[in-house]
Amino acid sequence: MHKNKTVIGLGIAVIFYLLGPFVLSDYMLYLVNLAAIATIGAVGLNILTGYTGLIAMANGAFIGVGAYTAAVLYTKLGVPFLLTIPIAGLMTAVIGMIFGIPALRLRGFYLAMSTLAAQILLMFIFNNWTSVTNGERGIFLAPPNLFGFSLVGDKGFFFLTVGIATLGMLFSYNLFKTDTGRAFIAIRDRDIAANIIGVDIFKYKLISFAISSFYAGVAGALFGFYMTYVSPEGFGLNVSIDYIAMIIVGGLGNLWGGLLGAIFVVILPEFVDKGIEIVGQFIPMEYTFAAFRQLVFGLMIIVFLVWEPKGLAEIFRRLFCWLKAKIFSPKSEMEPQV
Amino acid sequence: MFIQALIAGIAVGSVYALIALGMVLIYKASSVINFSQGALVMIGAYITYAVVTGIPAPLWITIPIAIGLSALLGVVIERLIFRYMTGVDLIAVIMVTLGISFLLEGSTTAIWGTLNYSFPKILPEMSFSLGGIHISEVYIWSFIFSMVILIMFTLFFKYSKIGLRMRAVADNQKASISLGIHPGKMISLSWAISCVVATIGGVMLANIKLLNLGLSGIGILVFPVVILGGLDSIIGAVLGGFIIGILGSLSAVYAGGLMGGAVDQVVSFVILLIILLVKPYGLFGTKETLRL
Repeated sequence: MHKNKTVIGLGIAVIFYLLGPFVLSDYMLYLVNLAAIATIGAVGLNILTGYTGLIAMANGAFIGVGAYTAAVLYTKLGVPFLLTIPIAGLMTAVIGMIFGIPALRLRGFYLAMSTLAAQILLMFIFNNWTSVTNGERGIFLAPPNLFGFSLVGDKGFFFLTVGIATLGMLFSYNLFKTDTGRAFIAIRDRDIAANIIGVDIFKYKLISFAISSFYAGVAGALFGFYMTYVSPEGFGLNVSIDYIAMIIVGGLGNLWGGLLGAIFVVILPEFVDKGIEIVGQFIPMEYTFAAFRQLVFGLMIIVFLVWEPKGLAEIFRRLFCWLKAKIFSPKSEMEPQV
Repeated sequence: MFIQALIAGIAVGSVYALIALGMVLIYKASSVINFSQGALVMIGAYITYAVVTGIPAPLWITIPIAIGLSALLGVVIERLIFRYMTGVDLIAVIMVTLGISFLLEGSTTAIWGTLNYSFPKILPEMSFSLGGIHISEVYIWSFIFSMVILIMFTLFFKYSKIGLRMRAVADNQKASISLGIHPGKMISLSWAISCVVATIGGVMLANIKLLNLGLSGIGILVFPVVILGGLDSIIGAVLGGFIIGILGSLSAVYAGGLMGGAVDQVVSFVILLIILLVKPYGLFGTKETLRL
């Protein structure tokens, strides 16, 4: 039974992957691409914040480091496109580890503050190191070549972004079967006890920073190539907060949390816009969409934290259990799900 | 030039101190780290603007109304959200305050739009020269306000019965319940006071700059202040405010040309990093004890 389910799930994923670009409209594909890139960043942040318990407010800037690394390598040094993505990841991992060093002494809020400082400092560098980053004008990227095909538009990127996002989730899934992943969880649950049983806290915190930043760097490189433009605006504190919101709404310390949260945060504005359009037919409204997006976004974060702190992943799990109980079990055999 | 930068720094610092005071107050009462302080500052200024320009009455009626409304906002936030969030993880607390901040900013944009408003002059004229340098009255008033509020807070926490109860709740909620203190009410009160202080800070800021959505940006700038002073120290918030204000203003004057804009912000966050590495609990903060 369990095996069948996995096979069915994989089948659906493969069909979606192969047919997606030909079935979905360009706009849908655009959203899927954005959600896939966000998933990479959110799964990475979930490793750091959800599984290791370290609050990082610099994910936006780390994504920026990846985007700038890829952009500079590609436009100024002519490094092949496919090579720039892992290099961007590695570069960001190094930067992430440097800003993870304060974790040697700090925890909780104080660590969050040191990553907030990292966010501000990196943004300052993006804006002011003009010889490399072009400052506020940003860097334009020509469409990259992949095996002789020019990679341009939503269809071309679909395979790349969704593919890498899937790889990222698989890596994260397997990571928590290894001793490294278990060490992360031990640190999150009780760091002093983890230390006593022989987990080198500082080492594993740094590894967690490195892995998480690697994800951010890859997401940043993809984001830069997809948008064909890299500028400091895309990597501000609001982006970092968006990513924390993703893993909160999706589910902290849950593999599916990153995916669900990323999808939610990417499509929420679309729903808000549609909702305002519908309401606007009856009540004349002159408000900007932006205001309502922000308002609804804030409200959703509060609602999730107050009513469902375990996020969408938990809601979906309960929904599946309920459905399974309804469909598969006869009434007499109904047992409480543990 | 040096003295001018110093005076501007003290003035900006006193606004920082006011806003940091609000943050410290909430942290002391409920260990909530409030990322929405900036949004409270902004919406406080907007509320005051709306009341002062909207109600045709003298200032001694409209200002108390505005203050009352901001206190009410604080009570509502505590009652509707934080009452249900005791004993949750730190990240949940941080995110819920960020959510509040989005909610307030979104509502402000929806109600007042993205325009700049020039704030009506509600502070009495008071001009003053020191050694040939003209100091504008807003700076003097914000200095006076932060000093008065500092003294009031210190006296309130030390000598009044409610202040004692608030300290009891902050120290140990269970023990305070057994002594017949309602922690929810005390935390509600601390949110109300914090919102009022934020509103005063917002009015000062709107007088120095313009009234617009950008006012909420100060919420982030205040973190170096509370880290430097210590998260749970009232005197630390005030001293930290002045130090960060002066250093930011001096660095803007002397390094601004060299390094481009927003230097003061970067300098304060570099200071924050250094403090975190050297003395994480700030100048006057209480050291956190770790237990297994």
